[in-house]
Amino acid sequence: MTRKRSPLRYIGAGLAVVLAAAWAFPVYWMVSSSFLSAATISRLTPTFVPFDGTFTNYKEVLTDSGFLAALQMSLVVTAIALAVCITFAFLGALAISRFRFRGRKALVLAVILVQMLPAEAMFIAQYKMISGFGMLNSVAGVSIIYIAMVVPFTMWMLRGFVAGVPADLEEAAMIDGCTRMGAFMRVTFPLLAPGLVASGVFAFLQVWNEFALASILLTSDASQTLPLWLRDFAQPSSLAMIEWGQVMAASTLVAVPVIIFFLVVQNRMTAGLVGGAVKG
Amino acid sequence: MTASAPVRDTAVTTAPRQRARKRRFASLPYLLSIPAILALAVGMGYPLVWQVFNSFREYGLAQQFGQEPTFVGFANYTQLLTDAEFWAVLIKSVAFMAITASATMIAGIGLAVLMKSIPTWPRVALQISLLLAWAMPIVAQMTVWNWLIDDRNGVVNYVLTLLPGVDMTGHNWLVNPWSFFGVASLIITWASVPFVALSVYAGLTQVSDEVREAAQLDGAGGFSMLRRITLPILRPILVILLLLQFIWDLRVYAQIELLQGFGARGGKYDLLGTYIYGLGVGQGHFGVAAAAAMLVMLVTVALSWFYVREMLKEDSP
Repeated sequence: MTRKRSPLRYIGAGLAVVLAAAWAFPVYWMVSSSFLSAATISRLTPTFVPFDGTFTNYKEVLTDSGFLAALQMSLVVTAIALAVCITFAFLGALAISRFRFRGRKALVLAVILVQMLPAEAMFIAQYKMISGFGMLNSVAGVSIIYIAMVVPFTMWMLRGFVAGVPADLEEAAMIDGCTRMGAFMRVTFPLLAPGLVASGVFAFLQVWNEFALASILLTSDASQTLPLWLRDFAQPSSLAMIEWGQVMAASTLVAVPVIIFFLVVQNRMTAGLVGGAVKG
Repeated sequence: MTASAPVRDTAVTTAPRQRARKRRFASLPYLLSIPAILALAVGMGYPLVWQVFNSFREYGLAQQFGQEPTFVGFANYTQLLTDAEFWAVLIKSVAFMAITASATMIAGIGLAVLMKSIPTWPRVALQISLLLAWAMPIVAQMTVWNWLIDDRNGVVNYVLTLLPGVDMTGHNWLVNPWSFFGVASLIITWASVPFVALSVYAGLTQVSDEVREAAQLDGAGGFSMLRRITLPILRPILVILLLLQFIWDLRVYAQIELLQGFGARGGKYDLLGTYIYGLGVGQGHFGVAAAAAMLVMLVTVALSWFYVREMLKEDSP
């Protein structure tokens, strides 16, 4: 397969370019359509390159009160869920990677199993619980569920990072006169910072993009997160035609920050999900 | 699997110290894990208990209005399992999962093999494209595809109509259920292939040139190289990827619900997720919905058992 200068290599390269174009096309189309005016986009011949593009769609979306409210809701929910999740998961990761204790196996098993469960397997029960608490359409209600949703994955990921910092380093600092806490804060914690950032970005992506649970826990217009707002914005209604340019501008605004964060951490994502198997 | 070796080594060398720690800080690990356990207990544990409990109770509209739920044994389960509509949804979901997961695996492995055999620059172009598709949030994926297949101004209909003898002008892809699920499967495949392709590619780069050369010297051709060297080395990762695809393609509530919102609602467009949602939140049959959710959960746990075992291996000291 790796023999040099075979004509197959050039055919393969051509094929790869075609496939690359095909895979990226929906993303390109989203961005490109977002710059088209309402008149251009409703022409029967599609405009493949937006030479006469405008920012009108973005202006419309950014001044849409629903968008700003949803952005605020998303930011609040994500910030709360993230702060709590990282703290809880970090403490839990320390416990399972630095200590051997009774019940540890059960905890690890629970952490792995919960990651496998689809929203569909539990969302009716979670809906009933949150509605029983009187917390439908509230930040607190959806945060409780999100924290439980992201803690296992974050904890599992952090476990790997904590295990990667040898306990010997901490012990050495303690011999040099640090307290246990001091040794941890001065030696281990700084070494874990990249791991915390990476796990934090993942937790962020999961919460920020979450749709299924939000769609049943946040049903009022006032409590919509960005994904819910985008769905409603993009849904056909009897009142008006869909403004595709605006829908694509909204989609771009929702997607671009996610894509940027994602590209930053994707290497670790692959490694985290398939564990040791990838590395042969 | 050599990567887990260093982890094991540190675990072995630190074991005596951990034993020493255990004596000094016996309660510390429990204190550290309490917050995480509490979070899981509230958000997952309690609903799970509720669900198991209520899957055995009559919990319908009457109970919504204050009537005490009564235990009915397996009645909810038997009602589901004798309901033709449930079976239709279940079979559709499993078929959808099998087809989408197979398509994803085949395309992903194909792309990985292609990436291994081409020069750097087209490979990097392909990798970037795959990452872009992978990073798209689900709702944005669905709005974009809905725009691509729009009946009036969609580029898909436009391009297909350019083909000789094809007229797709004004064709709505979301009306016919087969076409609806075909579109859903295509979108999910498009979005899932990048993960498979990049993971398999990462696995392929681990097949060392020395091993390949040695096999070549021993007379292995292209096919026996694939069968005797590459596939055995890739086997563990392929198994895990296939399992993850099965699990993920069974949980497609978001995509189906969004497509229904863009196109048409109705039972004939349902897969398990939207079906359970309709039963519970929609019609108020919480007991039956809980039983259906339990069945999905059991299938998922059964499917993921192998994966869980692999993850546990990684954890073991």
